[in-house]
Amino acid sequence: MTNSWTDIRNTDLVIIMGGNAAEAHPCGFKWVTEAKANRGAKLIVVDPRFTRSASVADFYAPIRQGTDIAFLLGVINYCIQNDKVQWEYVKAFTNASYVVREGFAYQDGLFTGYDENKRDYDRSSWEYEIGPDGFAVVDETLQNPRCVWNLLKAHVATYTPEMVERICGTPKDKFLKVAEMIAECSSPTKTMTSMYALGWTQHSKGSQNIRSMAMLQLILGNIGVRGGGMNALRGHSNIQGLTDIGLMSNLIPGYLNIPVERETDFTTYMSSRTFKPLRPNQTSYWQNYRKFFVSFQKVMWGDAATPQNEFAYQYLPKLDVPAYDVLRYFEMMHQGKVTGYFCQGFNPLLAFPNRQKITESLSKLKWLVTMDPLETETARFWENHGEYNNVDPASIQTEVIQLPSTCFAEDEGALVNSGRWLQWHWAGGSPPGEAKHDTWIMAQIHLRLRALYEKEGGAFPDPILDLTWNYQDRNEPTPEELAKELNGYVVETVYDPADPTKAVLEKGKQVVNFSALRDDGATACGCWIYSGCFNEAGNNMARRDNADPDDTGAYPNWAFSWPLNRRILYNRASADLQGQPWDPSRKLIAWDGTKWSGYDVPDIAPNAPPDVVGPFIMNQEGVSRLFARGLMREGPFPVHYEPFEAPIANVVAPNIRGNPVARIFQNDVAQFATSEEFPYAATSYRLTEHFHYWTKHNVVNATLQPEFFVEISEQLAAEKGIAQGSWVRVWSKRGEVKAKAVVTKRIKPLMCDGKPVHVIGIPLHWGFTGKARKGWGPNSLTPFVGDANIETPEYKAFLVNIEPTTAPATV
Amino acid sequence: MNMELSRRGFLKAAGVGVAGTTLGAFGFSELEAAQAAAVRPFKLANTMETRNTCPYCSVACGIIMYSKGDLRKGETAEIIHIEGDADHPTNRGTLCPKGAALKDFVKAETRLKYPMIRKPGSDKFERVSWDLALDRIARLMKDDRDANFIATNAAGVPVNRWTTVGFLAASATTNETAWLTYKVVRSTGIVAFDNQARV
Repeated sequence: MTNSWTDIRNTDLVIIMGGNAAEAHPCGFKWVTEAKANRGAKLIVVDPRFTRSASVADFYAPIRQGTDIAFLLGVINYCIQNDKVQWEYVKAFTNASYVVREGFAYQDGLFTGYDENKRDYDRSSWEYEIGPDGFAVVDETLQNPRCVWNLLKAHVATYTPEMVERICGTPKDKFLKVAEMIAECSSPTKTMTSMYALGWTQHSKGSQNIRSMAMLQLILGNIGVRGGGMNALRGHSNIQGLTDIGLMSNLIPGYLNIPVERETDFTTYMSSRTFKPLRPNQTSYWQNYRKFFVSFQKVMWGDAATPQNEFAYQYLPKLDVPAYDVLRYFEMMHQGKVTGYFCQGFNPLLAFPNRQKITESLSKLKWLVTMDPLETETARFWENHGEYNNVDPASIQTEVIQLPSTCFAEDEGALVNSGRWLQWHWAGGSPPGEAKHDTWIMAQIHLRLRALYEKEGGAFPDPILDLTWNYQDRNEPTPEELAKELNGYVVETVYDPADPTKAVLEKGKQVVNFSALRDDGATACGCWIYSGCFNEAGNNMARRDNADPDDTGAYPNWAFSWPLNRRILYNRASADLQGQPWDPSRKLIAWDGTKWSGYDVPDIAPNAPPDVVGPFIMNQEGVSRLFARGLMREGPFPVHYEPFEAPIANVVAPNIRGNPVARIFQNDVAQFATSEEFPYAATSYRLTEHFHYWTKHNVVNATLQPEFFVEISEQLAAEKGIAQGSWVRVWSKRGEVKAKAVVTKRIKPLMCDGKPVHVIGIPLHWGFTGKARKGWGPNSLTPFVGDANIETPEYKAFLVNIEPTTAPATV
Repeated sequence: MNMELSRRGFLKAAGVGVAGTTLGAFGFSELEAAQAAAVRPFKLANTMETRNTCPYCSVACGIIMYSKGDLRKGETAEIIHIEGDADHPTNRGTLCPKGAALKDFVKAETRLKYPMIRKPGSDKFERVSWDLALDRIARLMKDDRDANFIATNAAGVPVNRWTTVGFLAASATTNETAWLTYKVVRSTGIVAFDNQARV
């Protein structure tokens, strides 16, 4: 989230699209209710199903899953056509006026530079024209036909209300009503917030779904302001934290990158990361990259990271592919290229697409280690549960080691909520049996591996043997010790160059925040964006002052919000070019002639004059990007692409199947279905009574929603002869499930490109362990393909068939 | 409500264990005595309160856990009740149907209690000691790392990559667990490193 849960109270209009906050984030949704009750805010819900969020909406519009980009570009087109643009914001704070290089073009669903064999682009033309002064060329009059605004205007012109109806199945009058309500928020004193979740990410073009709304929010001037923003409602309690800390193939904590093979040494690695400003006087904060990187190397390898050895640069692995994401890795596993796998609090047998392939892949492992507080289907993937897990244990040669870990109630530390608040919590209960903290387990694995390398030597042991391990109890580092590493500390005392008797940084002290980090090895820091969370003032994540001065929703002394305890990202953009709030009733920060101050930590240098330094300080331009340059794989503007399995052909680009740059593995192509074989458009979702596959272990939740079902419309039920509550078989080209049918008015057929499209809804909470009845998850059906930029699997739009059946045999 | 509380207080003072038999002596009618006998003692009396966060979605509602026994004094502590934290700015004490049933997660019958190993081809898990499980894991890791570690690529450039073992990290562990996991996994050269954010 750019903003926070409690900030939603400040909004005038909530749009829930790509999520269902009332059911999946109920206690956060309360702030929507507050805004409605206290500000007269309105709620719009756009969803294939009439959800519980929709049931309390002021306006609901149906949409076919996988067509959000067409809808949103349609709204952008409406805003441009009807002059509903926050012009001052757009001209000053976006790259609307930037001139794009000659040679860039778009036609029939593709941009310049496409290579069909590589399924990738040469992105060199997706760039600004650079002037003789070395800066990007801009045309503040917006007259240049090649400026971003004019290119955008032409690009979205296709997405008329009629075209939106044809693609999305949203009736034109409903689309226009939504567009009209949204467009009102182009006023500097009206604000919309976007609340989205997995309904936008789990598509083969998920990143572009989100980007489309971000562009719309910029055009309306809704980024950086109270009650505005792009608010990703993260799915789990610390997905935000695990992402921030970079537990991904290609990441270093704080959104730094693991080197790739061509970055053979540290100098080469840094050469593409200078982040020189593209316009005069801009901050381009990533210019500090080297400080964050070196401080990371120091926290990892301490004295072994020296200027002489490039701060142990070679201790890091170098990637030969963009990432070993889970789809790539299960493909490798399926090919027999993987020996062992660890699952820490993760249940891939139910969480990854094409379950049959997942089972086959796990069966090819020599060993599997699971760590979890609860039984998981993954730990028991080899166990026969009749139809629910039809495997032959004797034929599966995988050794499985199942380790019991503690749960939240027995553990201490911080979780990061969707609004970037790092909140500390304490342990209140003893673990059952011999269950152990994850920290103890990880420490034991490291120490035992380290001991083997000390004794026996072996392949490149240095990064293991030199790993910093200065914990009081080597067997179990404490949460406080680990949090202090994340914050960062001073390795060597640094003296003031002007006064060598004065120490500016004192060895052994915690750094105050990331502004103190250095690139010479004098500081160490685990995750620069968290720096400030545990400094010499103490554990700021444990703060519990719930005062909220002037009721802004900021709660500035509650816990710690990264970065620097900032509550709303890009908050400089809440003020105009004179530094005064666009909406005086929703002041966030303001410029007093010499400095910025207000209710939040300014997202700009405190003394940066408002008419000189742009608000988007992480970007080299200082402004936000309506045109993404070469940073998105599909193109600098979003395009409507159908899901890989779609009920109709792509209307705007009939020759393109799915996302033209999404990675597909050859073995999976044969398992992509057409609408002739599989006519119905399926989607997956959560219910409010359950959390993934965890709560089926709880008596209360298993009682509230005891068994697997699928939802279908009355029309489809009549067509297929399916009675309410009867058994149905749902199958895709990859697998099948059996479920009870819930025939509902909440789902209605949509008319898309002249063809009726039936939607089938498949919730995701059942398996073969726990208290609830046995069942299946949607992953038995879904295709093995992910988003082109980040490889999130396409769970939200795929094709199935359905027929009446009989109950599965009980086991 | 006040009366009920005061009766609870009275019963506590009177000694709950013998309340049923002695109440008559205090002048209670039979009906009142029967009712009083059925009122259980206030379950949160003499419990430890601990602040925590709901581990499910990212709203991160504040919760208060009540336990018998105090971990801070080195005692064994049993969670007996969990409720919303009214001081928390986001949830202000409310919980959803999942958060309201959190105690069931802590107490689930399917909580894991002991390390287990399932041997190749077997149809069951067998209980093992932590030492056996962890030494086995370290040995399996080392043998494979030594056999398959890629120190340099074809051009002789150091790449220090271990591709034949992967690590899938969680979604609800603390930052501190995540950071220690990061350190341990990265130091081995594992590149198939991912977490729940991917899906």
